[in-house]
Amino acid sequence: MNSVAHFEIERVQYLDEQAQLAADAPPLANDRAAMTDLYRAMTRVRAFDAKAINLQRTGKLGTYASSLGHEAIHVGAARALEPADVFAPTYREHGVLLERGVRMSEILSYWGGDESGMAWSGPAQDFPYCIPIATQTLHAAGAAFAMKHRRQARCALAALGDGATSEGAFYEALNAAGAMRLPLVFLVINNRYAISVPVHKQTGAATLAQKAIAGGVPGIQVDGNDVIAVCDVLRQAAARARGGEGPSLVEALTYRIGDHTTADDAGRYRAGAEVEHARQVEPLVRLRRYLSARDWWDENAEQALRRDCDTRVNAAVKTYFARPGPDPAQMFTHLFARLPARLEEQLDTVRIYARPGGDD
Amino acid sequence: MPGPVATTEMAELTLIDAVTAALAWELGHDNTVIVMGEDVGVNGGVFRATDGLQQKYGEDRVIDTPLAEAMIAGMAVGMAAEGLKPVAEIQFMGFIYPAVDQLINHAARLRNRTRGRLSCPMVLRAPFGGGIHAPEHHSESTEAMFAHMPGLRVVIPSSPARAYGLLLAAIRDPDPVVFLEPKRIYRLARQEVADDGAALPLDVCYTLREGEDVTLVTWGAMTHETLQAADALGGEGVSAEVIDVATISPLDIDTILESVARTGRLVIVHEAARNCGVGAEIAALVAEHGIYDLKAPVQRVAGFDTIMPLYQLEMDYLPGVARILDAVRVTLED
Repeated sequence: MNSVAHFEIERVQYLDEQAQLAADAPPLANDRAAMTDLYRAMTRVRAFDAKAINLQRTGKLGTYASSLGHEAIHVGAARALEPADVFAPTYREHGVLLERGVRMSEILSYWGGDESGMAWSGPAQDFPYCIPIATQTLHAAGAAFAMKHRRQARCALAALGDGATSEGAFYEALNAAGAMRLPLVFLVINNRYAISVPVHKQTGAATLAQKAIAGGVPGIQVDGNDVIAVCDVLRQAAARARGGEGPSLVEALTYRIGDHTTADDAGRYRAGAEVEHARQVEPLVRLRRYLSARDWWDENAEQALRRDCDTRVNAAVKTYFARPGPDPAQMFTHLFARLPARLEEQLDTVRIYARPGGDD
Repeated sequence: MPGPVATTEMAELTLIDAVTAALAWELGHDNTVIVMGEDVGVNGGVFRATDGLQQKYGEDRVIDTPLAEAMIAGMAVGMAAEGLKPVAEIQFMGFIYPAVDQLINHAARLRNRTRGRLSCPMVLRAPFGGGIHAPEHHSESTEAMFAHMPGLRVVIPSSPARAYGLLLAAIRDPDPVVFLEPKRIYRLARQEVADDGAALPLDVCYTLREGEDVTLVTWGAMTHETLQAADALGGEGVSAEVIDVATISPLDIDTILESVARTGRLVIVHEAARNCGVGAEIAALVAEHGIYDLKAPVQRVAGFDTIMPLYQLEMDYLPGVARILDAVRVTLED
């Protein structure tokens, strides 16, 4: 009997749970400006997230999916992408969107029930939030096909969760990416839970990264709470894709510290001790310890950053509140490029019955 | 130096020849057009709709995809968002359902949910309908499902000329189109079609035959039996108008209402199951807007609300000329 195929999955970590730097860490780890910039970006993402949850709790925002604990992955993914690349999010990658230029007020508008939030200031070619699970991986594959077809040095990056790796769309995208050698990065954000279902019930596989192997795609694990590792691994994956070396899959390990969404109560299905542990090893705590140990960060810098975040978030909320609600006629505006004659009558109806002030 | 004057080629084409000719024209004139699907390349498609296209336009324009319908539709969405114009083939309508998630959740709403920032100019082609002695799952007509979904166009040609002109229009349309090809009449008849790249208008009915006593409304393969019925009625001194709906969504009800205003009688003929079929929508719209023009109750001649049978019974399932004639006679009773 001959062994005809074999594989192994590597896990990359440069900054460990105690904020100790590995000897083989990339130059980024020693770049004070770059590292403090990452910390600032991650803190902004967290500040935005906290405000969004607060708005939902006070009835000023619809259901919202928290990104708490995912900041290193979000910021790292955004830094791995060029402005001309294509990002295909799930419903949770607010941090990637913010770092790619989407305004906080635009994200709030979408979760506040107004599609205009996705006519955003970020990259025009990026896909909007994707609420169905894993379907966006196929859009990223299609976009990657277009890039390869036009011989452009661009790539697409699709984010997906651990639960999404059980979906057919994911396997179909992975298979196509491998077969067509597409410039595509699958970023599997393994935050251990798909709503209430832990990842060990989701799959019999030891890692999610190894799912890539069957598609002929290299797979790797990275500590998703280690922003140095995330940046390094995703930059390499994106560069590979842009350079014509094909797709790859990165499984970033983290923990969903918050509920699935504001409509969920995670206390029903997981122990508080588990969440407490996750809070000890989450990416911001770890990075701040590292920056402090290097003497790159102090309480003054922290306070200045917090004030800056508050200013930005409060200004965004003000803009969000000031945005005019959508005109009911907008249901028809972008249904098709040109409104079919038959729908004119319905457009008249919505205008006649339009409720002043909308449905708050 | 002036070249030779271009002459429009006229050729006797079957409906499937016309599909091939339209794809070839658009591949040749718009380099953003990509033909994709299972077996569409070397093999030219299981019905030969893409015969010779890969040889002529290359493997990067005419693509044999892996066997995965959701992938075909989902990648088409991504390609379209990036500015390509994918024309994707689903081999049979019975296999389209994995792609429905992508059609409904994404293709249909991408423009709306990004307020026009992104759009989805894709065509999903699929042969549909019964009557060719095919295996199970190869003969259904479920066009009403797609017609029900806001944001999708559903177009069904019924002749070689309309297959050519409507497919070109579908590819050039800035929004997603489900283009359903009645495979029973793929090779039923030949028609002279000018291969001149001229599209036909979408969103309008085509009046195939004018008449004064009754309006027969149909689409797809059933236009064949409906025209035969109209001929037979002519022999009985009944003048039947025949309308091919062609774009079943969004529906051009005005042409139908205008006809019913003259004839006062309406018979709707479709192969799909009657329950919640497109015929129900047409009948409802005529009831809402034209009921006082009617001299008799609207009749629907449709497939039964049963599972499409295997091929020994398929002609018993599909409405025939006799059922159409009987329905017309009901409308003529005083």
